[in-house]
Amino acid sequence: MNGTAVHAAEAAAGNGRRYRLDRPELLAPAGNLEKLKFAVHYGADAVYIGGQSYGLRSNADNFSFEEMREGVEFAARYGAKVFVATNIYAHQEDLPGIADYLKQLEAAGIAAIITADPAIVETAMQHAPGLEVHLSTQQSTMNWQAVRFWKEVGLPRVVLARETSMEEIREIKSHVDLELEVFIHGAMCSSVSGRCVLSNHFTDRDSNRGGCCQSCRWKYDLHQEQGPIGDPGDNMFTMGSKDLCMIRHIPDLIEAGVDSFKIEGRMKSIHYVASVVGAYRQAIDAYMADPAGYELQPAWEEEIGKAANRPLNTGFFYSTPGASEHIYEPEEKPAPYDFAAIVREYDPATGIAVVEQRSPFRPGTEVEFVGPGGRSFKQVAGPLSDTDGAAVDVARHPLQLIRIRTVEPVAPLDMMRKKIGSV
Amino acid sequence: MTTELLIAAGSIDQIRSYAGAGANAVLIGDSRFGARLPGSIAEADLKEAVACAHDLGARAYIAAGKLLRNHELPALPGYLRAAAEAGADAVTFGDPAVWMAVRDAAPAMAMHWNVEMTGTNSAAAAFWSRRGVSRAVLARELNGEEIADFKRSGTIEVQVQVHGMTNIYHSQRNLLQSYMDYLGREASLVDLGPSEGRFLIEAERPDERLPVYEDDNGTHVMSADDICLLEALPELLEAGVDSLYIEPLLKSEAYNVAAIRSYRRAIDAWHRDPGAYEFDEEWLAPIRALQDPGRELSFGFLYKEQVY
Repeated sequence: MNGTAVHAAEAAAGNGRRYRLDRPELLAPAGNLEKLKFAVHYGADAVYIGGQSYGLRSNADNFSFEEMREGVEFAARYGAKVFVATNIYAHQEDLPGIADYLKQLEAAGIAAIITADPAIVETAMQHAPGLEVHLSTQQSTMNWQAVRFWKEVGLPRVVLARETSMEEIREIKSHVDLELEVFIHGAMCSSVSGRCVLSNHFTDRDSNRGGCCQSCRWKYDLHQEQGPIGDPGDNMFTMGSKDLCMIRHIPDLIEAGVDSFKIEGRMKSIHYVASVVGAYRQAIDAYMADPAGYELQPAWEEEIGKAANRPLNTGFFYSTPGASEHIYEPEEKPAPYDFAAIVREYDPATGIAVVEQRSPFRPGTEVEFVGPGGRSFKQVAGPLSDTDGAAVDVARHPLQLIRIRTVEPVAPLDMMRKKIGSV
Repeated sequence: MTTELLIAAGSIDQIRSYAGAGANAVLIGDSRFGARLPGSIAEADLKEAVACAHDLGARAYIAAGKLLRNHELPALPGYLRAAAEAGADAVTFGDPAVWMAVRDAAPAMAMHWNVEMTGTNSAAAAFWSRRGVSRAVLARELNGEEIADFKRSGTIEVQVQVHGMTNIYHSQRNLLQSYMDYLGREASLVDLGPSEGRFLIEAERPDERLPVYEDDNGTHVMSADDICLLEALPELLEAGVDSLYIEPLLKSEAYNVAAIRSYRRAIDAWHRDPGAYEFDEEWLAPIRALQDPGRELSFGFLYKEQVY
């Protein structure tokens, strides 16, 4: 897609309802090159990554320019694009290197940057015209006049604030012809994006330059003059929000005219990214194939549930979040399934797969194989051997290659998972 | 020309008392377009309010710094026209929608760019300067060197907060109401606003009280300490900072008047003879006398080095 008009093609269906026919982009996070490959393989139309500078995830692996080139090349084989988040608010000391950095991104084949700071927006437009500039959610844009402003500046796309409702998205789309990207899944700032400096105050870490230490998820006593508001034993006050999940509302999002569906989580695991991307890919494809006959499949939600650990909600899309949209309980539970291995090879003649270990399993472990498009089956692991053919009692070494017979065909980059804690 | 001393005012009486105490400018408005104001001056009263400030030799700026939603846009052009007709000297904005509306409805109005935590570099300010904006309000999280470099590198007036609390977290969620609901309290009967004295204490930081309140614009968490840059004024004045802001929120009028008087004295003393300027402890005493003992006076981020 580019900055020129993206008109929602619509067709009248027999029931008088109109359906949008152009396919939205599914945009996934990729914390490193391996995650990028999984995100693309499981159905992302585009991925966003962080480079070594100017991104808000200073603790993530982040990509070198060399890795970016490799990622771009891999994605291109699937017709997918790579975006780079340059979403910090720069300080004076950050300014001198911006132009060079953006030129390097352009040279690496990056399709777009995701940026909030007007300094980076302008530098990109002047010095790296081959990069599309997408306005980051860090600008907290939620009205159509602001979207119109950024269109006049020359940007092809705005990522809306996570506070924007479905109704407001429709209104924005009806007023301005510009690509709109919205978050549909993942963790959320409970503050207005960019308008939180808790980390700066508590730990001298600059949240708007990638230093956020998630202080909003810490526990607080709420007091009034007479004393604490909670009773002893009550769960404490928190600003921590449940995670966003819009899998049940794909038709609404498509029909509202959202051009890009964004999944949060550059810090998340391969297992998480692949599972979530796979589920949304199936939902979007099902709608596009037959809007009138679309039905939500429980399997998509189950798939997300196997890799996600936080409780889920629909954020601001349908109403302002209330008590049930926040996490007051003390512990987050781990995701119910563990990522056990990646399929690296499969021989249809023998039915034997070579898998790369990610957590321990053994003969007798109940495992599930999952691939793109919702292809999955369960089995009990039979005898295991290493690549020399020696029997293995427990696959206990990370990255160890293990031979296992599968009851159905599998393919490279399929995942093998198991119930958490089982070996 | 003296350095501007600016404070927000929540009523015409406050304009009178703050301008009388030595403020050169007041920031006024209402919660439809401004956030975290110490009080509301209605659109219909803007003319009287601006005239009051002007009569006392002070400029009047209109606070329209909120992030806006679609449904808030229709009233904006009329409001800006009313502000212009009232003779307001500038409007502060954070949302580009306000810039668009000024262009259409009040093109002669001066504009001040205030995006709070995210006004962090001179190149971003230059982006707005090229679009007719005359002033940048700097993030409170910048240090002295960054402030000086910002001013030196830019072509735009610079405003820095020198006193009072700062907003450190703003959510459009109703977090106090949500927690009351979670606890099963009948909070709908309770005022959750700024005058109720509620505060948060983070589990590991028992000595820091973070004021918190809820209003039409969501939930606001404020800093546990009050910035006080009175002793560091020469640094800011030498850097050429154009406007010094005192945040009056959650303080008594008497406290704010004392703060204005002290900063006024220090600014005037420096301008009379920067070379001979010496800080006078007496300037700080009236502020200290009225300072909430639970809140420290601090240099904020002026001497801090942040990591990320």
